[in-house]
Amino acid sequence: MITMEHICKSYKVAKRNAGMKAACKALFHREREVVRALADVSFTIGEGEMVGYIGPNGAGKSSTIKILSGILTPDSGRCLVDGRVPWKNRMEHVRQIGVVFGQRSQLWWDVPVADSFVLLRDIYHISQVDYVNQLEELEALLNLGELLKIPARQLSLGQRMRCELAASLLHRPRILFLDEPTIGLDAVSKLAVREFILRLNEEQKTTVILTTHDMQDIEALTRRVILIGKGRVLLDGTLDELRHSMERVRVDSAECAEQPESEGERSLEQVIAALYEKLDIV
Amino acid sequence: MNGLRLYVRYVSVILRSAMQYKMSFLLSALGQFFVSFNVFLGIYFLFGRFHEVKGYSYSEVLLCFSIVLMEFSVAECFARGFDSFSGMVRQGEFDRILVRPRSAVLQVLGSKFELTRIGRLLQAAVMFVYGLGHCRVEWTWLRALTVLFMVLGGVVLFWGIFMAYAALCFFTLEGLEFMNVLTDGAREHGKYPFDVYGKRILQLCTFVVPYALVQYYPLQYVLGRSQQWQLALCPLGVAPFFAVCYALWRFGVRHYQSAGS
Repeated sequence: MITMEHICKSYKVAKRNAGMKAACKALFHREREVVRALADVSFTIGEGEMVGYIGPNGAGKSSTIKILSGILTPDSGRCLVDGRVPWKNRMEHVRQIGVVFGQRSQLWWDVPVADSFVLLRDIYHISQVDYVNQLEELEALLNLGELLKIPARQLSLGQRMRCELAASLLHRPRILFLDEPTIGLDAVSKLAVREFILRLNEEQKTTVILTTHDMQDIEALTRRVILIGKGRVLLDGTLDELRHSMERVRVDSAECAEQPESEGERSLEQVIAALYEKLDIV
Repeated sequence: MNGLRLYVRYVSVILRSAMQYKMSFLLSALGQFFVSFNVFLGIYFLFGRFHEVKGYSYSEVLLCFSIVLMEFSVAECFARGFDSFSGMVRQGEFDRILVRPRSAVLQVLGSKFELTRIGRLLQAAVMFVYGLGHCRVEWTWLRALTVLFMVLGGVVLFWGIFMAYAALCFFTLEGLEFMNVLTDGAREHGKYPFDVYGKRILQLCTFVVPYALVQYYPLQYVLGRSQQWQLALCPLGVAPFFAVCYALWRFGVRHYQSAGS
């Protein structure tokens, strides 16, 4: 369903030091620095899979999502999503995908959520029959009910995230990209969102790619994890394999450092942190 | 659903949003009215002392100014999304546009609809009616049509400038204020037919940024200073300028996709 082969992407970033003097200097001469966001990323994801895409901040997660969703063109490498090159036929491609950016809303702020949905129906050319069916389904699964009548700006974060999920699924995309969908949510909302994503994946066979810093998300949702750091895929395997490499890390660090390995099992969070440090990708 | 109908849907959502803030809407519209009212006062006092400016009478200048103001307000009203595009890029809103299966131009147009510009439009309409009543122009169908043509051409011209500005936002977000010379500056100076500023400026406004094509030249025909009806076709000359702006926009989008934000 999704193949990425040797994808590279680097950005030119204007470099500027702090202070007035540097600001003035930058007016005349800009120093540019090339940042390699992705240095040879390859992976394949099958239909109906749910994959956790993790890595520290700045590892290249967003760049990957942007390339897969057709926003960015990579410098080199091949990428096929459902037989399409995302950045070549953007319109056709984005019709088949849904994207949720946890930090940004896609709803119109001042009108009731239902109005936003109607507009999305028109944007995506969804027929009225399909729209009603899908909305009914989503309403039941996400417990939207009364929320639809409330303007987006008055919703709590948890309520809004449920609406965001519905909004990106109205056109029944076959692939869903979730960029930190549980960020800032309370426990109840987190659980609700997780349960919904699980069901979506199981029942609709929607392919889900999830980036998150919340390791409980990963534990609850995904069997497969892709870990990237400094623009490279460092690990691609099951959660158990991830834990396994943690074991190795722990053994290594136990040898060389103080680490009183008294506790039986470390939390996944600690595992990941140790792994990041070990791999030197923080 | 075709683009135009979708655009109407967009606008309807924006209007419903605006209705949530009625007071703010009213005050902004009033503010817009007074901003251009000031400019009108300038003209009024000037003509209190001088009876003509380079052969143009008071009512003729009002006619000219009202047409330019109409062009600008209408363009600003519906192309505001391009005018305030830097915010959209800065906040990553443009990513959202790219993941929706519609043309980016349509979506940017649909992102904003500045109804408060109705204050300015109202001002323009009042001046237009006054100018109409007082200048000695024999109105014919062709002349009326020419005015309509000027307004349409002017809207496209300003839209083009807004779009070019938005295209530059893809490259840098700093120092783009200079673009205001082309928009607000043109609106302010467009109150007098461009030939009052001298030959150089007129040439600039003909060949570089073709303001004169939607103002000075067709106005000569409307005011009966020239009998050449061909002047009515001048606004068509905006098309190549718009094409350049659109090309710049496309170039900007492609740059954004390859460079990231």
